[in-house]
Amino acid sequence: MTKLGQWLCGLALLGSAWAALALAPPGLQPPAPLRQALLPLPVYLLVAFGCYSLATVGYRVATFNDCEEAAAELQEHIKAARADLRRRGLRL
Amino acid sequence: RVSVLLPTYNERDNLPLVVWLLVRTFSDSGIDFEIIIIDDGSPDGTQEVAQQLEKIYGSDKILLRPRARKLGLGTAYIHGMKYATGNFIVIMDADLSHHPKFIPEFIRKQKEGNFDIVSGTRYKGNGGVYGWDLKRKLISRGANFLTQVLLRPGASDLTGSFRLYRKEVLQKLMEKCVSKGYVFQMEMIVRARQLGFTIGEVPISFVDRVYGESKLGGNEIVSFLKGLLTLFATT
Repeated sequence: MTKLGQWLCGLALLGSAWAALALAPPGLQPPAPLRQALLPLPVYLLVAFGCYSLATVGYRVATFNDCEEAAAELQEHIKAARADLRRRGLRL
Repeated sequence: RVSVLLPTYNERDNLPLVVWLLVRTFSDSGIDFEIIIIDDGSPDGTQEVAQQLEKIYGSDKILLRPRARKLGLGTAYIHGMKYATGNFIVIMDADLSHHPKFIPEFIRKQKEGNFDIVSGTRYKGNGGVYGWDLKRKLISRGANFLTQVLLRPGASDLTGSFRLYRKEVLQKLMEKCVSKGYVFQMEMIVRARQLGFTIGEVPISFVDRVYGESKLGGNEIVSFLKGLLTLFATT
């Protein structure tokens, strides 16, 4: 199954469970406090996921390694490379 | 034996440096190697430099297999692989953003877990980048996050292009992959997982372009998103 397929199945499952409980006709309804929490749940989850995403990406950007030594080392290597290549007859 | 595939386009300044570093890395670590340079008709004299390198290091180590025009990365790999005699293939950028010193680490990692693919990652361990401003880092991390959420690929760096493949594995993957650009690198990993191949990771440092122009703009972002959604819907 494709990832899209997995998402659609998952959403369909959760969606129907939510609809069954939150939008049930009188008589089959769960107790009032549960219903009050259930109704806005999808929006809450969306917002929570949005916050999680921002926090995660923010954290990862902040902790993105800056390879200062790698850059310096590369400059050294470039110097050595050019000197050696010139010795071996490379005309740049 | 390792075959390094180096697709080049206008890399006249960087090519000799990359080749020098590769030769030194391999001779220092005693690994048998060959370097296959696939130049797509560069107008800046890259091929001329490549011919000089072939004379200096020998045509058994430097294989020139150019093409007439710019035909794209995927086909460059396919073209280069035809001439590869190694049992491992390393793909990397020829612009010095990937340092050959990591290749022995890739090989060590491959032996450690008998992996089919070893992927260099900028996002884990002490991997990282140099020369990226905040905007670039944000785009990179944001795109990677989106990719992780949608594709759950089991690898931390999907758009990276510094990797070691078993030759048969790369051949198999090249048959199946159809995308272009960054998405092509992503598709390789996703398909590899689909086919049950194992992937190991090694942190690498990515030093952004020393000479020449980098290739990331609005167009790239749009085509990345299109490609990501395509992979999402088809794999």
